[in-house]
Amino acid sequence: MTQSPIIAVEHLKKYFLLKHGNRLTGGEPVRLHAVDDVSLSIHPGEALGLVGESGCGKSTLSRVLCRLVDATSGRLLVNGRDTTDMSASAFAKSAMRSDIQMVFQDPTESLNPRFSIFDLIADPLKQLKPPKTRAELTAKVEAAARSVNLPLELLSRFPHQLSGGQKARVGIARAMVVDPRLLVLDEPTSALDVSVQATVLQLLDKIRREQGVALLFVSHDLNVVRLLCSRIVVMYLGQVVESGETDPLFHHPSHPYTQALLSAIPTLREGAKRDRIKLDGDPQSPINPSGTRCRLYGRCPAQQDRCNAQEPELRSLPDGRQVRCHFASPITET
Amino acid sequence: MTAQMMTMTDTETVPTIPSASADAGIATPLLSVRDLTVDFRTRGGTVHVLENVSFDLAPGEIIGIVGESGSGKSVTAFAIMGILDKAARILSGDIRFEGRDVQAMSSRERDLWRGKDASIIFQNPRTALNPIRSVGHQIGDVIARHTPDTPQQVKAKVLEAMRQVRIPDPEKRMAAYPFELSGGLCQRIGIAAALACHPRLLIADEPTTGLDVTTQAVIMDLIRDVARAGNLGTVLITHDLALASEYCDRIVVMHAGHVVETAPVAELFSRPRHPYTTGLLGSVPSMVDSVHDLRAIPGSLPDLRREDLPPCRFADRCPRRTEACAAPGLRPEPAGPNHLVACRNPL
Repeated sequence: MTQSPIIAVEHLKKYFLLKHGNRLTGGEPVRLHAVDDVSLSIHPGEALGLVGESGCGKSTLSRVLCRLVDATSGRLLVNGRDTTDMSASAFAKSAMRSDIQMVFQDPTESLNPRFSIFDLIADPLKQLKPPKTRAELTAKVEAAARSVNLPLELLSRFPHQLSGGQKARVGIARAMVVDPRLLVLDEPTSALDVSVQATVLQLLDKIRREQGVALLFVSHDLNVVRLLCSRIVVMYLGQVVESGETDPLFHHPSHPYTQALLSAIPTLREGAKRDRIKLDGDPQSPINPSGTRCRLYGRCPAQQDRCNAQEPELRSLPDGRQVRCHFASPITET
Repeated sequence: MTAQMMTMTDTETVPTIPSASADAGIATPLLSVRDLTVDFRTRGGTVHVLENVSFDLAPGEIIGIVGESGSGKSVTAFAIMGILDKAARILSGDIRFEGRDVQAMSSRERDLWRGKDASIIFQNPRTALNPIRSVGHQIGDVIARHTPDTPQQVKAKVLEAMRQVRIPDPEKRMAAYPFELSGGLCQRIGIAAALACHPRLLIADEPTTGLDVTTQAVIMDLIRDVARAGNLGTVLITHDLALASEYCDRIVVMHAGHVVETAPVAELFSRPRHPYTTGLLGSVPSMVDSVHDLRAIPGSLPDLRREDLPPCRFADRCPRRTEACAAPGLRPEPAGPNHLVACRNPL
């Protein structure tokens, strides 16, 4: 940890204003709390998993970290430099843009069908680090294609001529061509078949190990995240509910939500089957949430009266992980 | 059109394949599919989507059809329900529901059969539901079509159907439109509509794709509970082997329009015989501890437009290929109790 993190955020908040307040009628503004007070950092060569269900704010958080949207409040440091006051559009023009690159969810939707594969991979390079000669451009595009095991004869083809796995690799090559230090991957394998997913996961792991590129892997699938990431952050309704090293978190989750999430994943392994913990009831609304109760209240199997009266703080357990629950303890049941 | 084609195949001797459910001692299966072969005519040529697909389903049994995208899982379901695209042609095959030839039904008979005796739950509940009709009306439409009930009786049955799938506060929710409900609730509406007339066959086509894992668990528990309580024969179509293993009694593995292996769940996962099944199992993330242990299946599905498709469509990707694999006449053969495998060189 001697190196400064590639990106660090402190008390990051991203609210979406749904309705303005009105001073005359006393109407309160209506805000959707997509990301509510999240702090995290990603170090060079590290793979961090960001897990949660739809609507938990993981995609919004990844977009703020990529500097595609501006945060509402909180500090943002890139390569140790405070960029809080830098807007997303200013960031896009800065040299830091090529350090953080994004790989999008659906490889078919995110590729322009009228671009050849060569042009698709060359485009970010032309925008961010324009090479001086055509030969240099070709060399860099081919190197990026090789780094994702994409056969060079595919470069002259168009997206519709490629299989899903090949398109996923094009998406990664586009991000890799500008030599980023961090790849933000938003559900990169959810549209792929399992056998194709396996090759893409192995490719991402190889990129991280051999080129030292850090990964922020955003997914709802804890089983996939577990294989790739050394650290996992679990989000629920805009907040981090648990974070820590992968193995202890996966084998002994301490937050009731993490436990429920893990128990809901179907598994093929006998012995790995957990008793199903059901989350009944509807989740709370992320619009103007109450500051005095736990956001899992109403669905939590372990809830008590205190959970409705006091919102739990994110606190550290002796084993180094952080958890947002009044009753979580490091001693875990089997 | 299909009826004419059927008379053609009826005159031929239908090749008998060993029936898994016959071995289990069940007299008439609820659903029996034999040698179903389906082509799609497209601008790019004829696509040979299904070839000789056969399986049985006993009353009260839950079977899973698993395979990668493009393996023909959904086409099989649509062929059973009679809702194939116009470009599709059923070239041959016998689909029987309680011994009755489904394809010989008139379109009116089929309409009355569909929804009453056999129902389907679709993949995306938001697109499967009508966006400008309240969900209560959409469930009521199914009931009104199949029963002579008065509007009051229909309403009572809608409420009952919504209660059966544990929708909270059904009186209020029946007036809601699909966009007002969460994905999980929309899928429950889809299930309620499918079950409203107490069918005996339920086909669930990727019912939880796109839903969160905690919602998936609730929906799948619900489908299993109603299937068990109502002795429903259920076909679960999924690409998720782990999901199928938790909820099914028997699994049918499909690859490129062929059934390559059929076995009871415990047998299939402890002793898979087909190289494709082992390949699929090796690529499931929950099975391994490290990303290096994942084993991807090399290659991809063959181009199903080819006229010279090999007898084994997996041969080009298969690590166990021998010269015998090129010989025609590959059929599922018994490989153990209730276990069929279509491979010349099984494990």
